[in-house]
Amino acid sequence: EVDLEERLCELDLKSDSDVPDVPPPTDSTPEILKRALSGLSARWKNWWIRGILSLAMISGFFLIIYLGSFMLMLLVLSIQVKCYHEIITIGYRVYHSYDLPWFRSLSWYFLLCVNYFFYGETVADYFATFVQRREQLQFLIRYHRFISFALYLTGFCMFVLSLVKKHYRLQFYMFAWTHVTLLITVTQSHLVIQNLFEGMIWFLVPISSVICNDITAYIFGFFFGRTPLIKLSPKKTWEGFIGGFFSTVVFGFIFSYFLAQHQYFVCPVEYNSETNRFVTECEPSELFQMKKYSVPPLLQAVLGWETVHMYPFQMHSFALSIFASLIGPFGGFFASGFKRAFKIKDFADTIPGHGGIMDRFDCQYLMATFVHVYITSFIRGPNPSKLLKQLLILQPEQQLSVYKTLKSHLVEKGILQPSLRG
Amino acid sequence: SDDTPEVLNRALSNLSSRWKNWWVRGILTLAMITFFFIIIYLGPMVLMTIVMCVQIKCFHEIITIGYNVYHSYDLPWFRTLSWYFLLCVNYFFYGETVTDYFFTLVQREEPLRILSKYHRFISFALYLTGFCMFVLSLVKKHYRLQFYMFGWTHVTLLIVVTQSHLIIHNLFEGMIWFIVPISCVICNDIMAYMFGFFFGRTPLIKLSPKKTWEGFIGGFFSTVLFGWLLSYVMSGYRCFTCPVEFNNDTNSFTVDCEPSELFQLQEYNIPLVLQSVVGWKTVRMYPFQIHSIALSTFASLIGPFGGFFASGFKRAFKIKDFANTIPGHGGIMDRFDCQYLMATFVNVYIASFIRGPNPSKLIQQFLTLRPDQQLHIFNTLKAHLVDRGIL
Repeated sequence: EVDLEERLCELDLKSDSDVPDVPPPTDSTPEILKRALSGLSARWKNWWIRGILSLAMISGFFLIIYLGSFMLMLLVLSIQVKCYHEIITIGYRVYHSYDLPWFRSLSWYFLLCVNYFFYGETVADYFATFVQRREQLQFLIRYHRFISFALYLTGFCMFVLSLVKKHYRLQFYMFAWTHVTLLITVTQSHLVIQNLFEGMIWFLVPISSVICNDITAYIFGFFFGRTPLIKLSPKKTWEGFIGGFFSTVVFGFIFSYFLAQHQYFVCPVEYNSETNRFVTECEPSELFQMKKYSVPPLLQAVLGWETVHMYPFQMHSFALSIFASLIGPFGGFFASGFKRAFKIKDFADTIPGHGGIMDRFDCQYLMATFVHVYITSFIRGPNPSKLLKQLLILQPEQQLSVYKTLKSHLVEKGILQPSLRG
Repeated sequence: SDDTPEVLNRALSNLSSRWKNWWVRGILTLAMITFFFIIIYLGPMVLMTIVMCVQIKCFHEIITIGYNVYHSYDLPWFRTLSWYFLLCVNYFFYGETVTDYFFTLVQREEPLRILSKYHRFISFALYLTGFCMFVLSLVKKHYRLQFYMFGWTHVTLLIVVTQSHLIIHNLFEGMIWFIVPISCVICNDIMAYMFGFFFGRTPLIKLSPKKTWEGFIGGFFSTVLFGWLLSYVMSGYRCFTCPVEFNNDTNSFTVDCEPSELFQLQEYNIPLVLQSVVGWKTVRMYPFQIHSIALSTFASLIGPFGGFFASGFKRAFKIKDFANTIPGHGGIMDRFDCQYLMATFVNVYIASFIRGPNPSKLIQQFLTLRPDQQLHIFNTLKAHLVDRGIL
């Protein structure tokens, strides 16, 4: 019997060509589609399947948007779990480690821990009034970090205790694989949810820009593609890349114009404790109020207008769509490299014609982080209710000194009348 | 390779190799502990620098192991990229720390103010550059290796860099929060070894055949006692208990404050059970000593799991030590493997049970809000203070 450890040591050192291929994914196209398209040639059939599934996914997307923030959160969570599962399964296949003692349970346990940690941080912030009312939740929130850390440590100790003599290396590989996957999928899905809470427009515009870039780059490449872009993805061309860039910027600009008019998309999502529902109602911030901009003389000649009415958000949409078209594709190249490294064609075969969920979402990951960093750096100030919550936890002497500092600041700025005595 | 300095080699040339090894380990241990005391004496700035150096050396040791495992030392760009990612992540963390603790200094200098305001964006842009460079550096025959090294680098960063910054946060909270945990781990290491040496019989875990239950339990009780006594001695001195602050006028670190409640002697009633044993009715001690029990318990019970993890890692990749930096002891990582979990635990412990939010940070955030939000918060705070009778 060949020692698995020895075989894997050799596997590590050999070049890529010696890695055994993973068996090709089974064809999971639904029967109805197969029958409807049985007449066409294989190439057109593939095109039609991809097209129909794309439309199906986009319609599903619109439906969920209509159903509201809570459904969106659930959707994001499900996608995260599925992506995690797909990547971990690839790890099992690469290392033939599906039967490692405890490992499947430990992977799911770590997923649960990290999600618990992130959801606790988010929930505490946005559901402050809901949490205040319930004693048990208060305790969980106050010691949240400690509880999360204790849960994680339990998993860590279980891992150490599960190390088995012949499988040390495999177990460490899977441990690292799990952690890197968590880092990629879970953190980003939480950033997506935080963007969502900022306002649905911050969720919709970035995701649509990435999808638009995907589709238009494909179309431009299909009709005009000549010069290859990067060795990693031989199907991508410079014509597709540039065409996709301009189309996405225009699309983002126009799409933001339409979304910025509706409170439903523009307002931060808030949880109303009386009705126990999410509400998106507010006074639209400055970003979403029409302003008059002077067209620079350069463009005046081209467009023929001297001033133009648009939303300030549309300027931000430039930044978002530029990122989606220029840097977003690197997420796709990374995933392509990963698939080539581990000799897989697709992450999974969940979606007929498209592959796995990860295949659709590989470009979205960098986008989600970028939008979050963009919002915290350029748009949003600190969250007032979080600030208030922290103020109320301070010691009385600290609260008094903070109160005095604030009062003098407000009086100085003229926001507070000095004659009022507190 | 045998790294022992010539001096030691000659001095110990007469002894048998087993005793020689024991003496080398012993002398180096004393040297490291003395060094530890010296840098404590030199102050927070030197400590921060030492923590940074240890972090870089640990990162280098683990990455080198990765290169050795995968024979990937010559991968295009990879050495540069690893150091670049180390720089990025350190920049991010140091920026966050500097913004918090050196707030007034940062506000004064214009370039620093801009760097601090857009800190997250700049860090993210730097990281992305590294990410794109990695993607562009993927070479046809080496995809798998490159992805392995990418994963290896990130996991190493996660372990080494985050924890070293948690240690620095603990340090700023007060040197006692830095010294007591580290000393407890060291004490547990030494005591468990001693108890194991003299009384060890029952093996503890297959991963580390030299560890025994006797050593483990003996180490536990000694460490709790040690932590208790060390806290008692240290709580009396302001230079250990006060938060480290940066004084704008003198441009140096100061540790001067009114000691918090934790570090003021209080009288405790001894539970009846212990009264008969100890013979006292009340005892005067610092509340911090109760926390020290939590810290030393963690150091003795859970800290060793960090050591077992490192042992498993060494067995998995068939290496005896992480490196040969310290004669008789191995690499820096060999000494610090138990410290990592401890640093995170202390940080989480402080954040959960000791420290509230930082008032000056809150004022900072307040000043960036809109006027109507400021007014709303001010009125709520006022109502709260009136309610409590403070105002």
